[in-house]
Amino acid sequence: MSVLVYVESEEGKFKTASFEAASYAREIAQMLQTQVTAVTFNVEDNSELGNYGVDKVLKVNNDKLKNFNAEAYADVLQQAAVKEESKVIVVSQSANSKYLAPLLAVHLNAGYASNVVALPESTTPFTVKRTAFTNKAFSFTKIETDVKLLGLSKNAFGLKEIKADAAAEDFSPNLNEEDFSVQVTNVDKARDKVTIADAEIVVSAGRGLKGPENWGMIEEMADILGAATACSKPVSDMGWRPHGEHVGQTGKPVASNLYIAIGISGAIQHLAGINSSKVKVVINNDPEAPFFKAADYGVVGDAFEIVPKLNEKLKEFKAKNA
Amino acid sequence: MKILVCISHVPDTTSKINFTDNNTQFDTNGVQFVINPNDEFGLTRAMWFKEKQGATVDVVNVGGPETEPTLRKALAIGADSAIRVNTPATDGFQVAKQLAKVATDGGYDLIIAGRESIDYNGGMVPGMLAALIKANFVNTCINLEVEGTEAKAIREIDGGKESVTTSLPLVIGAQKGLVEESDLRIPNMRGIMQARKKPMNVVEPEEVKVQTEVAKFEKPEPKGAVKLVDPDNLDELINLLHNEAKVI
Repeated sequence: MSVLVYVESEEGKFKTASFEAASYAREIAQMLQTQVTAVTFNVEDNSELGNYGVDKVLKVNNDKLKNFNAEAYADVLQQAAVKEESKVIVVSQSANSKYLAPLLAVHLNAGYASNVVALPESTTPFTVKRTAFTNKAFSFTKIETDVKLLGLSKNAFGLKEIKADAAAEDFSPNLNEEDFSVQVTNVDKARDKVTIADAEIVVSAGRGLKGPENWGMIEEMADILGAATACSKPVSDMGWRPHGEHVGQTGKPVASNLYIAIGISGAIQHLAGINSSKVKVVINNDPEAPFFKAADYGVVGDAFEIVPKLNEKLKEFKAKNA
Repeated sequence: MKILVCISHVPDTTSKINFTDNNTQFDTNGVQFVINPNDEFGLTRAMWFKEKQGATVDVVNVGGPETEPTLRKALAIGADSAIRVNTPATDGFQVAKQLAKVATDGGYDLIIAGRESIDYNGGMVPGMLAALIKANFVNTCINLEVEGTEAKAIREIDGGKESVTTSLPLVIGAQKGLVEESDLRIPNMRGIMQARKKPMNVVEPEEVKVQTEVAKFEKPEPKGAVKLVDPDNLDELINLLHNEAKVI
């Protein structure tokens, strides 16, 4: 009956979003008076999960599962859910979780609610709050199936430290050939860069920067803050920055703690995509830019003067608060 | 190759979102509907397969008669025929079930659906459809090539991309990158005229058990006013972010 949580890792290290998913699973388990079981893939030491309320860990160790594979991982999670008789399964909303969740939902005949932002409003009926219309609204969705699958939005719930056993147990699911009919041939990922998905802080810039050659100061700010860089749609359309950096309604959603927008006017599609960020700062020379209506803090002025000055001050701040 | 492109009929990205009937229904008043942008990237890639590799391209939507203009637009862009499953779309699973029936009946090799719709943002339909028809599945697909029954795709992952090989039948979750924004086609007069004569097949829905249901909608709380900081006093901004917002 335990609440099952899929814990993601990269090279043996857990993802913060998965600690959040575990924290969330823990509180649902409390509502349902049951325990939390985590499933991990190729992670030797799972004790860290005990800080986030995980009672039991099903450890999967299998060389075939070294690379993420949606079908195979969904198959493993299904078998774990059956073994644990789980009625609620929690995943994060990383690219990989979003990939496997609909497959898992069909295999378990589970109703799936994605982009969930809060604990269930009630457990009978099972109603969760999720974002819809690209963050322009919320919907309260009732899940009517026996088994429920929840995709938790990043930063929506936060980390809740609570000690538990995290008692690890080996789990060897049955895998079949069909699980591997999509084969990964190459992974191309910048290792030293913070990704938009993982970032606590995102520094984003728009057309106001006038050209790709002016991004040095944006990257510098990101460096100082340990942030990811992002951009507006026109900037990615013009090829100034890679597509992967485009945030907004048709790009990536951003749910960071801090979003700094430089030279971005704030078109409705852009604002929709970054609305889940907790604190928004805008720097723009046009006081009428719509972004000022959506931001928490604003500076009206020329980005080319403000950003270098701000970078110096941020460096001083970081040096003092290191 | 037979391609099916799933088209979601969604409010234009600039739409103001409002609700009626005690916040239980989306207010369509004054809203312009369009092809879901992620589906349109997929449709445009399908046109490439049609022109370069002689594929046939059908489009499908699950919805009432009011969605037909959106399907006609897809025909005007170049799809060969349209299928409308005559039932309102209620949740991702119900839509996937209806599409699975169409996909199986039509014997499609490649099915393209946007990675998510911009209205309900469920991100469920492509994956569920693949699982239901036991086809291979590549989500957040930003490049796709097909040779015979073999497919090579590139998938966007957090912070990078991943190349995969797989085979048909295949479902992909489409998004920007599969084609560029500048590759999108605006229907010309000839396309629009031809679209009027192309088949619009209306099929009746399957019975599907409800899995999820929207109980009500809510709009976000209106935001407080922005705090403006003088550009000559950036220390104040750092102070606010550190001590008030506590984010640095």
